Order: sequence, then C-alpha cells, then structure tokens
Amino acid sequence: MKIGVLSVQGAVTEHIRHLERCGVGAVAVKNRESLNGISGLIIPGGESTTIGKLIETFGLADLIRERNRQGSLAVFGTCAGMVLIARDIIDGIKGQPKLGLMDITVQRNAFGRQKESFETEVEFKSFDAPLTAVFIRAPIIEKASPEVEPLANMPEGIVAARQGNLLATSFHPELTDDLRVHQYFIRMCK
Amino acid sequence: MKEQGTFRVKKGMAQMQKGGVIMDVTNVEQARIAEKAGAVAVMALERVPSDIRAAGGVARMADPEMIMSIMDTVTIPVMAKVRIGHFAEAQILEELGVDYIDESEVLTPADEQYHVNKHLFKVPFVCGARDLGEALRRISEGAAMIRTKGEPGTGNVVEAVRHMRKVMDQVRQVISKADDELVVLAREIGVSLELLKEVRSAGRLPVVNFAAGGIASPADASLMMQLGSDGIFVGSGIFKSEKPQLVAEAIVKATLHYDDPKVLVEVSRKLGHAMPGLEMSTLTEADRMQERGI
Repeated sequence: MKIGVLSVQGAVTEHIRHLERCGVGAVAVKNRESLNGISGLIIPGGESTTIGKLIETFGLADLIRERNRQGSLAVFGTCAGMVLIARDIIDGIKGQPKLGLMDITVQRNAFGRQKESFETEVEFKSFDAPLTAVFIRAPIIEKASPEVEPLANMPEGIVAARQGNLLATSFHPELTDDLRVHQYFIRMCK
Repeated sequence: MKEQGTFRVKKGMAQMQKGGVIMDVTNVEQARIAEKAGAVAVMALERVPSDIRAAGGVARMADPEMIMSIMDTVTIPVMAKVRIGHFAEAQILEELGVDYIDESEVLTPADEQYHVNKHLFKVPFVCGARDLGEALRRISEGAAMIRTKGEPGTGNVVEAVRHMRKVMDQVRQVISKADDELVVLAREIGVSLELLKEVRSAGRLPVVNFAAGGIASPADASLMMQLGSDGIFVGSGIFKSEKPQLVAEAIVKATLHYDDPKVLVEVSRKLGHAMPGLEMSTLTEADRMQERGI
C-alpha cells in the first residue's frame, strides 16, 4: 500500500518520514499522475490559501474530490490540511479555495497569532496514553455534523475528528516522534 | 497545560512555510496582491531594500501603525524586520504580535558585537547567513529559521547563490567528518560541537533554510530551489517590476514546480520588465549589506 503526501507547500518531508517509519511506502504528490496508485493522501500543514490556490491551478483539487467521494482515497488533513478539507471556513480570504469534503466548520487561526502557538498534552480517542500535540497558528472545528466523530477535544473546541475515510487534526503529529496518529490513518486506508 | 514559544513551536512555524514564497510589502494594497498571488507570508517594511539603498541614512524598524494595518488586512503570517542587535525593537514587534521577526542586515545594525538573544522571545526569528558558521551561530542565539543573506536590493542573484552553495558544501563536509575532526572544525568556525553533530546526523541545517537577497525572476527562484533552498524570500523583485501581480504569481508557481521546465517556460512568459539590477562590482565596501552582523 502506498500513501501520498500533498507536496505543494508546507511540512511535506516530515509526513513522508513518519509514513516511512510506519513501514508504508510514501509518495510526494505534486501532479495529477502521482495521485494514481495511492490509497490515502495526507494534506500537510502550510498556508491553506497558498495550497488551495495551487491545487486548483494545477488541476489536483477535482481529482482529489472525485477519488475521495468514490471511496478510493482516504484523506488526512493536518492544520492547513484540516482547513482545506472542511465544508465551511470561518475567516477565510475572499474566495478562499477549498476541497470541502468533511462536514465541519473550521475557524482559521483560532488560537491567535504565532506567539500564542503552543504544545500541550491531548487525549485522543482509543489511544491508551495522551499525545503531545503541537499547535501552530492552528484552526479549530467549531461545528460538526452528527456523522463526524470527535477524536480529541480542548476547552476551545474539537481538535481532531473523523468522518468515514476523512481524518482531520488541528495539530501537527508530524512534528513529534509519536507515530500513533499516522498509524491510525494508515488503518483507514484500504 | 499550554507551553508557548518552545523551540519546537518556533521552528515548526518555519517548517510550515517550506516550499513557499515570502514577499516584501510596504502597504496594504501590496499585501493583498501578495496574498492573492499565493505568498505564504508577507514581510512588512517601510521601504523595499532597493529603496533603502537609494535613500541612504539609518534604516530602522517600520512604524508599528503600518505593520498593524497589514496584519489587519491579510490572514497569512506577517513578518517584520529589526536592526541587528536591537532587542528593544524586537520587544515592540513581539508585543505587536507579528508572526516572525527578521533580524536583518538590510536595516542599519544597532550593535556591532551582539545579536539579539532570541531565546528570550516567544516569537520566532529568522536571520541571514553566508556560510555554515554564521548560520549555526545565529541558531545558537535562538534563530528558528535561516536565510541566505545574498545582496539585498540588487535584483542580482549571484550572492544568494554563493551563500547557498557555501552552506550546502560545508554541510556535505560535516557529514563526512570524524568526531575528532569535528572538534577542530567547531573551533575554526566558532560554533558548538553539539550543533555540528546535529548537522551531521540530520544531513542538513537543523532549521529551515530559505534563499534571500537578489531573487527577481521565476528562474531565480527555480535556481535557488534546485540548489537546495527550502523556500524563497523576494524583496524588491516583485514590487519594483513592471507587473507585480504577474511576477508574484509566477514566482510562486516556479517555486513549486522548480524542477519542471515546462511550467517554468509557461510562467516566465510576458512578465514585462523585471526590476533593474545592480552589478556587484559597482557596490563599494560600505554598500555591501551582507558584511553586517557575521
């Protein structure tokens, strides 16, 4: 099984390294061709406005939507990736590009500017011990439809959730040595 | 409990900028153009480096009012510059809430001996470097991101190339060195052995490394990415060109598809006149900003 990492901008190599540590073949996805033959796609942290614009420009967005809806591509969005897969975005730029796959409403930069960025311990559903979560100008899930299963909560809102073959985290599991969130996603990929 | 401003959080912010373009802007309108073009961040300053060169005199931190107006306009991160060693300017920018501080040789240095102690801040810093020694000295002072110095405001990429090649070459040397050889190298370039060992085991600088100082075209961006940059700063190259919006978009696309000549042909067409450049030999010793803060 191969899993792709959207290689447009952001923390691409960090996700690839984590997938390799999990023993899975990792593919950097930069164009339509490299989307073939992967069962899952990680959309990394970065700037959602930049990544969103470029995947529309270079024809990746439609193909990701199509394959996810057919059920042949699980998608995991971290931080900016969470913003991109959300159905609704609060405080986006005018005409903010998005994939709109998951029935969640996401607030961008929900914890403030960079100096308010932080790390903390988070309880993740089904994990036997908490994980260290790194939040960088992070978004949060403000609203979720009943089909969405929250996996981690903070007083401010939901910070990890799953809906079918979609996974989203506000934080960056690729910035710590803990592989459990990646292993969780790998189990979601057929 | 939330732990703010850890080195992982500061360095992580730069990791999220990788593969992107950070653009110098001097007003709200330019900031909008940059965001629309797909910039991953903007650098708010009163004058772009080529105008700082032309104006002469002392170049200082920008007016907080102007930086705030840009922070209110765009949703992408906003960076701003302080003079080398001017920790009071840095305290002001941190309080203001900028997302990254550039301790920059483009401004007139405030301290000829000491850089800002960047460990004391929650906001991350980026610093310029011409070689591995400078880069690691800045990291030991707390810098969470490095960029080449290049020669700012010239539109001439030659110095950025020199600095990127130099750092890459030195990293390759470090990788092949034995422990006892590293001890000597550490002493020679004035850095700690621990940092050199980190470079050896990671096979690269321990923080994100962007190219800056003279990048003025999509081809320049591609060149720097192919030499191993993690991303691109463009200063005067966009808003001193004839068609800023087109040049900004083209450099963003070229930074992504730096290794795809087909895309590079497409984005390099019809961009109008690039910024006029400066030949290095026309600069006097005093004109060279890269010699500041080493």
